[in-house]
Amino acid sequence: MSGGDGEVAFFDNVGLRYGTGKEILTDVSFSLWPGSFYFLTGASGAGKTSLLKLLYLSQRPSRGIIRMFGSDVITLPRSRLPGFRRRLGVVFQDFRLVEHLSAFDNVALPLRIAGVDESELVQPVSDMLEWVGLAHRAEAKPETLSGGEKQRVAIARAVIGRPDMLLADEPTGNVDPEMALKLMRLFESLNRLGTTVIVATHDVHLLQNVRSSTIMRLDKGRLADPTGALRYPPRRPVHAGGTR
Amino acid sequence: MSTPPLTDAARSGQRSFEGAKAQALIPQARLAGPMPWVLAIMVALTVLAAGAGLSLGNLAGDARSELSGGATVQILQADPATRAEQAQAAQEALQAMAMVEQSRQIPQDELDALLEPWLGESGDAETVPVPALIDVRLEGRADDAAIERLRQRILQVAPDARVDAQSDWLQPVFSALTSLQYVALALVLLLAVTSAAAVFLAARSALGNNRETIEIVHLLGGTDGQIAQLFQRAILRDSMIGGGVGLLLGLAAVLGLGYQFAALDSGMIGGGGLDWLDWILIALIPVLGVVLAVATARFTVLSAVRRML
Repeated sequence: MSGGDGEVAFFDNVGLRYGTGKEILTDVSFSLWPGSFYFLTGASGAGKTSLLKLLYLSQRPSRGIIRMFGSDVITLPRSRLPGFRRRLGVVFQDFRLVEHLSAFDNVALPLRIAGVDESELVQPVSDMLEWVGLAHRAEAKPETLSGGEKQRVAIARAVIGRPDMLLADEPTGNVDPEMALKLMRLFESLNRLGTTVIVATHDVHLLQNVRSSTIMRLDKGRLADPTGALRYPPRRPVHAGGTR
Repeated sequence: MSTPPLTDAARSGQRSFEGAKAQALIPQARLAGPMPWVLAIMVALTVLAAGAGLSLGNLAGDARSELSGGATVQILQADPATRAEQAQAAQEALQAMAMVEQSRQIPQDELDALLEPWLGESGDAETVPVPALIDVRLEGRADDAAIERLRQRILQVAPDARVDAQSDWLQPVFSALTSLQYVALALVLLLAVTSAAAVFLAARSALGNNRETIEIVHLLGGTDGQIAQLFQRAILRDSMIGGGVGLLLGLAAVLGLGYQFAALDSGMIGGGGLDWLDWILIALIPVLGVVLAVATARFTVLSAVRRML
């Protein structure tokens, strides 16, 4: 078993079931390295979203070991969870924007929660909205935004705090192919800055757009890892060259 | 595509999440609707109950201290001459006793005035013998031992005398006043519990209305304390409004009743006024109400969000 300080995430024989139902995830083991780019694929119902929930600490596993940034998050005191969550950026499949806040306020939310002074966040948030092409929609409420615009607001909110790990659940599900490609380039840019990126998708075309990526394939709750490369990756980022 | 304009500000932020922007995050955290008025009514009733309890306490306390050193000597003799003779002897004996601070024989015209409501102006001491009365004030308390010593001395010079501690006459009244004080205290406690329950239900409702937002705040790294603070601030404002209005309503009722009782011009009821310490205690009721409301809201919110991961 590894799970040293090098990985951003380490899963060992993790299982997850909701209530007394059958296991959604079974014996999932892998290591994620800093600065790497991962695609999480699998058919609908394979457990992609459940695995992401474990990664963004919204769910505790039924069994197994999970270490994030070198700490065992299963036994972690509740008071320390927010500190870990602030190191993560999450793009939810259903966006999860706060409906009564403007696009600007939604993007600013992680900074405000982290206690950033109001005068220090106006410029970064404005720049981020400009960068995702929504500067002109800064004051718009989510209900007036299109699916693609909501997606971009959600992505801007996830990445603005320069997270150590970005988790995106079907981030291109609501955008046209051109915007999907643009978003992939965004994730790559972020990845080049050192952020570990995990994108859950069932869009096989996306996988071809990021050359230096590792594919994690889930099949009925089990992680397909015939060579053990996910469980025992080389102790260095797979950033250059990748594992395909 | 250019490099995204990221900021490291989130990693160095030190301020807590507060102000109008924080409040806008959970717009329904306020105890919307009738809750501030419910709190106002609770505070008003508490002020009234506390005012009554304190007033009864003062009334009983004044009466007790006034009567604690008092005794009454009655000469129960039908013959006016013998009665006057024994009263004179008793008065002289009393004035010679060290334990007696002061004694005064009640003049016949005062006795006639006291009995006038029952006997009329034509009350005749010859036909309706009325005991001679001596009002005695002792140096110390008129306890059983003191009354017994007094009795033994008086009976030597006035065999028809009867000696009683004045407080004995009013013991049932003191017991009733004490019971009413306990009732007032129980009312104050019940109102506090009811207010806390009302805040608990309102906070639960506000939590339910904002559950989705709270989950998002959690997932973005918000702490339980930050979420609780959002609700606390809103409830602080509402309970301050309710407490202020309730205090004014309660004070109006207490003052109104005070003037009514003062108009009775009764000696005993006159001792039921409130002193400055009582007014401070009454003024503290809305403050304690606000503290109770905020603490209840914090407890409710924290216990609810702790069930979320």
